[in-house]
Amino acid sequence: MPERDVCLIAGGMNKWGVREAHLLDMVQEAAKECFDDIPALKKKDVDALLFASSYCGRNSFQVNIAPIVAERMGIRPTNICTRVDTLCAGGSSAIILAAGLIKAGMADIVMVSGGEKLYTPQRWETFYSELASIDHDWDGTQGMGLPPPWFALTAKAHMKHYGTKKEQLAAVSVKNWRNGSNNPKAQFQRKITLEEAMTARPVVPPLSLYDCCPITDGCAAVILTYAEKARELTDRPLVYIRGSAQATLHSMSMNWPGEHPADWPHMRAAVKKAYENARVTPGDISVAQTHDCFTISEIIEMEELGFCKKGEGGPFVGSGQGDFGGKIPVNTDGGLLSCGHPFGATGIRQALEILRQLQGRATNQVEGAHIGLTHNLSGLNVEHTVIIYGREP
Amino acid sequence: MGFETFGTVSFTAEAKTADFINYLEAGKVMATRCKKCGTSYFPPRVDCPSCLSSDVEWFEVKGKGRLATYTKVNYGPTGFEADAPYTLALGEFDSVQILGRLSRDIDEKDIKVGMGLTVSPVKLPNNRLAYEFRKA
Repeated sequence: MPERDVCLIAGGMNKWGVREAHLLDMVQEAAKECFDDIPALKKKDVDALLFASSYCGRNSFQVNIAPIVAERMGIRPTNICTRVDTLCAGGSSAIILAAGLIKAGMADIVMVSGGEKLYTPQRWETFYSELASIDHDWDGTQGMGLPPPWFALTAKAHMKHYGTKKEQLAAVSVKNWRNGSNNPKAQFQRKITLEEAMTARPVVPPLSLYDCCPITDGCAAVILTYAEKARELTDRPLVYIRGSAQATLHSMSMNWPGEHPADWPHMRAAVKKAYENARVTPGDISVAQTHDCFTISEIIEMEELGFCKKGEGGPFVGSGQGDFGGKIPVNTDGGLLSCGHPFGATGIRQALEILRQLQGRATNQVEGAHIGLTHNLSGLNVEHTVIIYGREP
Repeated sequence: MGFETFGTVSFTAEAKTADFINYLEAGKVMATRCKKCGTSYFPPRVDCPSCLSSDVEWFEVKGKGRLATYTKVNYGPTGFEADAPYTLALGEFDSVQILGRLSRDIDEKDIKVGMGLTVSPVKLPNNRLAYEFRKA
């Protein structure tokens, strides 16, 4: 059988935020949104499920969750039904795996979902589990665990080497909160001013409150299939997966592969390969959803994605080049800063926004968007995942 | 056994690198070097990730290193609440890079990227052991 072209055809997400709901309740909410997005698809024809979640085993006390997710969604996968865990990039990992299975003919219609329940009555559970998401024997024993300290180190290094300013960090936050302000599924729906961002209370200097994405309960779901099947199921423009890559060069802070914490060679490795696989260059990308877990992350991502030169990410975001009317609109649905970050669901939310952008039905539409990119970083910045979507295969 | 006494909160009782804790007890911060391919490791690895040889030797991280970057932690993870605030730092030494904490003896206004550091064992309450950076 020749390789098949893979399309993203539908998606949905539930309301993200602090939710009085079980993880599996949210799974159902997102699945309903997703199936409502593609009325011609019969649930019985979904033959595979990949569910991305990292904390389900700890915060929801549920391992081997995929069969339970399938049951709650009312699907009966017969080709594969499994969980995927790469923490913050779990959703993107699952999309890459689904694309491979479809391309190879090992599955036809794949439900890719992901989610986390992070707010529990025992708040310490999440802050303890954070220590399990890094190399806990070494980084963890030092009290490195919650992400802000590492990204504060990163921001300090970027400021020192490239002269990046606090105002430039704040510009990312103001943009992404504005983009999320009309997204009903985002955790926050209000705009913030530059002054609010600049004067917010410190979390870990130089990062303050609006430089950090929140902790979030939420789920998202998308459907992938091969191009011929996609044409049967939808009249909307087809959105193809053109290429992807996932790269890691180290596992912990002490083995950091860059010249300094603001130099991300593992991201460059993933980006280079994804562009090659997709046969595109940075200038071809119309819209991007990048991993703005912290404002400094988006600044460095602009550099490592090749949207600007290394070290020029600060002026790039500060002058609106990552905004509508600039060089490339980034995080058009609000990103992690406004939507929130239920780890396994984030890559799927990004895919959903790219789907809508390339089909011309996004809330904050980029005119004529035809090639879109998603990027996740995961763990203590140990891995980078890039997926490139296009209107042509 | 041995690892259960490492750091403010430890997560592992048994590891093949447990000698690291015995060396801390003896006043030394040690790393490992693969005798076959020459790669140095901190955290120590007794099986070499580069060539997978198990022929490795311990060596002491001595002399003056350099502060690469640092940050002050105001909110600690679960188990570290009472430690906060504390300052995490990356120290660069001859052949290894180490994540650790700056000694509380260093005045906050004296902390500068590029400053000289040494790394030393430190005893924590309840007979626990760790290491910290001091001003060189």
